[in-house]
Amino acid sequence: MRIGVVTFPGSLDDSDARRAVRIAGAEPVALWHGDHDLQGVDAVVLPGGFSYGDYLRCGAIAARSPIMRDVVDAANSGMPVLGICNGFQVLVEAHLLPGGLIRNDHGDFVCRDQGLRVENASTAWTNGFQQGQEITIPLKNGEGGFIADAETLARLEGDGLVAFRYTGLNPNGSLNDIAGLTNERGNVVGLMPHPEHAVEPGFGPDTASAMRSGVDGLTFFTSVLQSTLARA
Amino acid sequence: MPTIVVEVMPKAELLDPAGKAVAGALRREGGHPFSDVRIGKRFELTVDGEVTDAVLAHARKLADEMLSNAVIEDVVKISVLEGSLT
Repeated sequence: MRIGVVTFPGSLDDSDARRAVRIAGAEPVALWHGDHDLQGVDAVVLPGGFSYGDYLRCGAIAARSPIMRDVVDAANSGMPVLGICNGFQVLVEAHLLPGGLIRNDHGDFVCRDQGLRVENASTAWTNGFQQGQEITIPLKNGEGGFIADAETLARLEGDGLVAFRYTGLNPNGSLNDIAGLTNERGNVVGLMPHPEHAVEPGFGPDTASAMRSGVDGLTFFTSVLQSTLARA
Repeated sequence: MPTIVVEVMPKAELLDPAGKAVAGALRREGGHPFSDVRIGKRFELTVDGEVTDAVLAHARKLADEMLSNAVIEDVVKISVLEGSLT
């Protein structure tokens, strides 16, 4: 199984995402924003960072880059796509997920280990979790406040398209504590926190049993392996 | 060169954290009647050729679909920059 990770100008976490893919047991493939070539990958990760310096709006210019046309087409025909942080913003700007992300309500950049509740464990990227499972992965963003109009919000809630919700204190003013979304088909998932930073003992969030032992993020990548194998 | 100006503001009902931060600094400044600040964006589109109705319509489409995001922003004004036609 090969998972592509797109690098945009200003991507920061592309190499961490590729590393997470490898640790999960898949082959990472570096993809370039300026190409029109997905190199036959089975799934795509849009990594975190500050593509195009967050100019215009976060993710807005990246969403209009050449490779995103291919990603949108692939997503619409069922390929699993995961957008992490800036990648989530790109998915929203590319209209693969609804709503918008604005500056954190308190105005500060947040960087911390964040508790999440898995609200939809049947997507391509979450099927290895239990429904309602609580996990901890890092969160680091300045513009992570999720917003949508009342009608969209009601549809997201009613159709089970909220994939993750923040537990404890809401870190950025996101409506309904929404941390991540999925599409109707369950192949596209976007979230502000960073699963790729919690895949390896020694480098993840602290847990009750040991410092930096948290590897909850690994399940995102093993989930997509599972769902892709099941599809094949 | 003729220039079309597109002005975009965060939606009125949305929190504008950047504007709020500036408003805080204004309050500390004191001695003025300004009670609030909102921060938006201004784009200047240089036009190759004449500004026709079709060009203005194209600018409007671009403003709606790319320069702004309707979920979080409103295009509040599209105008031709004064003096740019001469």
